[in-house]
Amino acid sequence: MIAWAFALPFVLLFGAFTFIPLVSSFGMSFTDFHSSDVQTPFAIDFVGLDQYVKLFQTPQFLRSMWTTAYYVIVGIPLTMGVALGLAVALNSGINRFRTAFRTGFYTPVVTSIVAVAVVWRFILQQEGPLNTVLGLVGIDGPDWLNSTTWAMPAMIIMGVWRNMGTLMVIFLAGLQTIPTELDEAARTDGAGPLKRFTSITLPLMRPTLLFGAVLLSVWYLQFFEEPFVMTQGGPLDATLSVSYFAYKQFGFGNYAFASAASYVLFVAIALLSMVMFRALRSKK
Amino acid sequence: MTRRSIVYLGLVVAVVATLLPFIWMLLGSFKTQGEILRNPSGFWPQAPTAGNYATWFTELHLGQFFLNSVVVAAVTVVGNLLFCSMVGYALAKFEFRGKRFIFTLVMITLMVPGVVTFVPLFVLVAKLGLTNTYTALILPFLTSPLGVFMMRQFIADIPDALLEAARIDGAGELRIFARIVLPLCGPPLATLGILTFLGSWNNFLWPLVAAQTQDMYTLPVALSLYSTGQIATQYGLLLAGSVLVIAPIVLVFVFLQRYFTQGIATVGVR
Repeated sequence: MIAWAFALPFVLLFGAFTFIPLVSSFGMSFTDFHSSDVQTPFAIDFVGLDQYVKLFQTPQFLRSMWTTAYYVIVGIPLTMGVALGLAVALNSGINRFRTAFRTGFYTPVVTSIVAVAVVWRFILQQEGPLNTVLGLVGIDGPDWLNSTTWAMPAMIIMGVWRNMGTLMVIFLAGLQTIPTELDEAARTDGAGPLKRFTSITLPLMRPTLLFGAVLLSVWYLQFFEEPFVMTQGGPLDATLSVSYFAYKQFGFGNYAFASAASYVLFVAIALLSMVMFRALRSKK
Repeated sequence: MTRRSIVYLGLVVAVVATLLPFIWMLLGSFKTQGEILRNPSGFWPQAPTAGNYATWFTELHLGQFFLNSVVVAAVTVVGNLLFCSMVGYALAKFEFRGKRFIFTLVMITLMVPGVVTFVPLFVLVAKLGLTNTYTALILPFLTSPLGVFMMRQFIADIPDALLEAARIDGAGELRIFARIVLPLCGPPLATLGILTFLGSWNNFLWPLVAAQTQDMYTLPVALSLYSTGQIATQYGLLLAGSVLVIAPIVLVFVFLQRYFTQGIATVGVR
């Protein structure tokens, strides 16, 4: 009784604004619910798997799956590599300015994507600062956000910049659990820095690295904010992700179709996390 | 050159590269429109002016957006601290029917993409007649599965003997929660409070849909609409707006960063 009293406010709020929407989104995806039906619920029909079938016949949706996969497959290793590099550098026995460095690398994580987009749009212009810098080393930079080839790499660069701080902090915590005696023993045995990294640090960091990969895949599969504020999914749908596709369909009033698309994404996220958690557990 | 100085050199280059967009944003916000157009890649402002900031305060209603952001964030933070610790206490220290169900559900929703609940949430809020109110901006975020998870984990480690002793002394459950459990929860509450504030302050997709008139816009919504609308090409003004949006959060972060990083290191959140 008392326990339920403590749980009640959460249960009510969570039920109304998370659980019921979650279930009704699932139900909705098997109907033909459109925004024009909000006032006339009796006009809604059950259509079985029609929305899902239509989804996989829609070239724009299939393309958005590729775009999302591109972001995940290139973005995750890149983000993890940069974050691990930063964490190892910060953990290499330096003491001065350590907090300052950590603060600096983490700052992009806490800043609003809308504000950041304003400055990044400018940085990525044809005549912008990035291409000016590239020009100094003889590279003729592209018009990043208006190129179907270069818009995605630009999104990935932004993604790495915005997420490396989080992963760096997680990896730092992982590195600090590795006993220094191990490293010193290997050093006395004559192992070089690279050898020590690959045969001590990496194996012991395995659970942390996998945890980081799971987190990133949950976030990166939902790839949405960068294209939303930077390119509106363009040019020519080159940065239109699955989340963005669903959001656009919501905007057109195709509520059932949008729900179906979002459930495909949910299933993908759940499956991928499950596979990764299994890998994490089996090798522990 | 020693190994250590190479590490330092690398870190300095990397941190400058990371912060360059912010430095450039800050410097650009003091430039006039003419200067930015003449020299888009210029660094130092030739004739620094605070005019862009003045425009935000006088013509672009910054005060209203700021107030909205603060109200929404403050209520959201208080709600999360209270409700997440209450249910966390129930899940950690009591046996009751439905406990496993609630906990499993909380864990599952940690993985649910935002778009999944977006449509029904919008329909629900519209049906309740709440669109364009503070209630619509706040209510869906008043609790978070992540907060519940954090509080449950922490409260589970509080020794049962402590609570039993209070019960024997005749303290009521509400009193035990308020006088014993909550005061011990300082660190996780601080982390949860800061993460919730951060999430609320930067949240923009839901407020963009739920707030429909200018008097309800939060800061990111206003900046987002201005940057695609009426001042889309006035870069100095947009950069000043960006500085105004991120300055409060960066200040909070620099002074309280311990709590940010603790939260991430323990539960892996942002």
